[in-house]
Amino acid sequence: MLPLLLLAPQLLVSVVFFFWPAWQAVHQSLYIPDPFGLKSQFVWLGNFEFLLGDQYYRSSFWTTAVFSVLVTAVSMSFALWLAVMADRLIKGSTTYRTLLIWPYAVAPAVAGVLWLFLFNTRVGLVSWYLAQVGYEWNHVLNPNEAMGLVVLASSWGRISYNFLFFLAGLQAIPKSVVEAAAIDGAHFWKRFWTIVFPLLSPITFFLLVVNVVYAFFETFGVIHTITSGGPQQATTILVYKVYADGFVGQDLGSSAAQSVILLIVVGILTVVQFRYIERRVHY
Amino acid sequence: MVESLPRDGPCTDVLFTGLCRRSPPQQFGSRPANALRASTFAAKERNGYASYPYVTKEEKLVLRKISVASLLSVTMFVGAAHAATEIQWWHAFTGRLGELLAEQVEKFNASQSDYKVIATHKGNYSETLNAGIAAFRAGEQPHLLQVFEVGTATMMAASGAIKPIYEVMTEAGIEWDPNAYMGAVKGYYTTTDGRMLSLPYNSSTPVLYVNRDLFEKAGLDPDMDLSTWEQVGKALDGLKGAAIGCPLTTAWQSWVHLENMSAYHNTPFATKENGFAGLDTELVFNGALHVKHIQTMGDWAKDGKFIYAGRRNEGGANFRGGECALFTESSAGYAGVKAEAQFEFEIRPLPYWSDAEGAPQNTIIGGASLWVLSGHGAEDYKGVAAFFSFLSSSDIQAAWHQNTGYLPITMAAAEQTKAEGFYKENPGTEIAGMQMTAKAPTPNSKGLRLGSFDQIRGIIDEELEAVWAGDKTAQQALDSATQRGNQLLRRFEQANR
Repeated sequence: MLPLLLLAPQLLVSVVFFFWPAWQAVHQSLYIPDPFGLKSQFVWLGNFEFLLGDQYYRSSFWTTAVFSVLVTAVSMSFALWLAVMADRLIKGSTTYRTLLIWPYAVAPAVAGVLWLFLFNTRVGLVSWYLAQVGYEWNHVLNPNEAMGLVVLASSWGRISYNFLFFLAGLQAIPKSVVEAAAIDGAHFWKRFWTIVFPLLSPITFFLLVVNVVYAFFETFGVIHTITSGGPQQATTILVYKVYADGFVGQDLGSSAAQSVILLIVVGILTVVQFRYIERRVHY
Repeated sequence: MVESLPRDGPCTDVLFTGLCRRSPPQQFGSRPANALRASTFAAKERNGYASYPYVTKEEKLVLRKISVASLLSVTMFVGAAHAATEIQWWHAFTGRLGELLAEQVEKFNASQSDYKVIATHKGNYSETLNAGIAAFRAGEQPHLLQVFEVGTATMMAASGAIKPIYEVMTEAGIEWDPNAYMGAVKGYYTTTDGRMLSLPYNSSTPVLYVNRDLFEKAGLDPDMDLSTWEQVGKALDGLKGAAIGCPLTTAWQSWVHLENMSAYHNTPFATKENGFAGLDTELVFNGALHVKHIQTMGDWAKDGKFIYAGRRNEGGANFRGGECALFTESSAGYAGVKAEAQFEFEIRPLPYWSDAEGAPQNTIIGGASLWVLSGHGAEDYKGVAAFFSFLSSSDIQAAWHQNTGYLPITMAAAEQTKAEGFYKENPGTEIAGMQMTAKAPTPNSKGLRLGSFDQIRGIIDEELEAVWAGDKTAQQALDSATQRGNQLLRRFEQANR
């Protein structure tokens, strides 16, 4: 009885904030309601049929894949590099670390606006320098540049987070192992790839899962402020489309169906990550 | 159209907010506090008599009547305790417009003591509409909601959620003449059988702004004829030839270059009288005239004669900064241009294609209207009606028109503005009004009533961007836009069947 009682608060929170809304989403995805909730029609899988028949929705899967792979790769590799460098520092390491962690305190929407100012096609500092070297930057019309910019802005704040974990991981690696390898004549990169990186793998795996989830769900603010999903839906990831259809288009049925699909996609991703990638992790 | 530039703010927790369940709308007199007091009161009475054993059926009925009466009196007493009935108004205005709106509210509140209007800013137009819808679903809706013109169809279809203005005015017993409002403005918010559903609040229409200094710099006559797109084309040749960096830019591309372009040439934008006559409307803005116009603009973009700055009014900064020679923008942009422009500028009517039959017809409005939401008490609606007749008064409207550049919504306000000599002192400000009222609106130029139109505009923006970037021809882009938009219209039709 006591264990159940102690578990109750957590269970209650899970049911109220996770299972109940998820069930509601599944339920609502079978209906087409009007925005005010005055009437609604049962359409079976009509919402899903409509979505999968829409080529822009299908291409949104690809956009999401490209976006999350890029965000995860850029933010993790850059953070790892910074962490390795900061780990070697002797003087002033605290200052560097603090400065590197700062961007994490910036809200995604604010980060988006900052980058937007830098790359603004008319008054942006970076776009001005690019124009000086003869490159005309225009993420308002160019899909690839738009994607590049949202990836950059989304990764930027994330680097700090990843940096923090990588640094902690690096400091947990026993010095004796690395020193033994050094005595055997292994140079820095050799030591890194054969000893440090494998020992970091639990952290790397954790960050991989967390970053993919981040790229899927938490980059909304950045995309909303920089591109609003454009140009020509080139930066409309699945989550952004849930918002656009539900809250701009007032099409709650389609929006609910999309969140159900999203739920399934993330479920599959998690299974894949834990079944296939976790096998390569050394604890 | 809003004059300031509200970037859509961040919106988190979007996934499940739509799932809140709707409780029945609150009725006046059944507010929790009142209900509680009344029921304890009634219960006490009942208990008092319950101890008396012999109560006949008739007596019971009388007792019940007494408790009902006392319940009512308690309710009324509590109601009277609030000195003024509060009217909640949710709006989307910030900056200068927000200040002017607050001034109107203050004036109204000071003018009488029965009602108190409380204005609350709820974000940009889309966010305000969403806030209103979410509040309605939660049974906590405001009395008044400012809804932009593209949300009109959504509001109209929600007959259980709104209270039409004609009903509000009639029930309040306020003398009210719908014909006092400007036809072209009123038409946008009136049903096909002539019933006005919402009160036009801020309405504007697109016009052409000219930077006269740049024309002179390019060796062109600033007074040259710019009434047709053919003439504009000639001007652009001259400007480009003189190495002007930005000969033409625009704000609100879909609104100016497709929606208004259609009305101005008396060409349908959608079937069924642009959606006024039924939910089974279909987009038809991929006709010859539309393709010609968009293709011409696309060619101009390729040649560097038309510079695309963004979906909203981003181009305004380029024009006000003196970079651009020509600018198609809302008449409500006037205040901003006048305040910032360090050059001589002029307002001209929106150009048209000279070979199109019936052009120029009239342009249509953009902006917002005030919708009354259902579920409040009769006394509250009386307050709303009083506020509406205050807003429609000539003094208020004339001041609003002169300060903001929005159109006056009543003919009387337009005449008053003229009599005060405002148009003489501010040449060009009368053009928007003239352009809208030159001809009686036809079924093609009354306005648009399309569901999911906020999203359809997004689709149009995307497709037009593809044309400006040279990725698609005008025909391809417009075909795709109509086809994608029609899908959304069918969804809307299904949801509101």
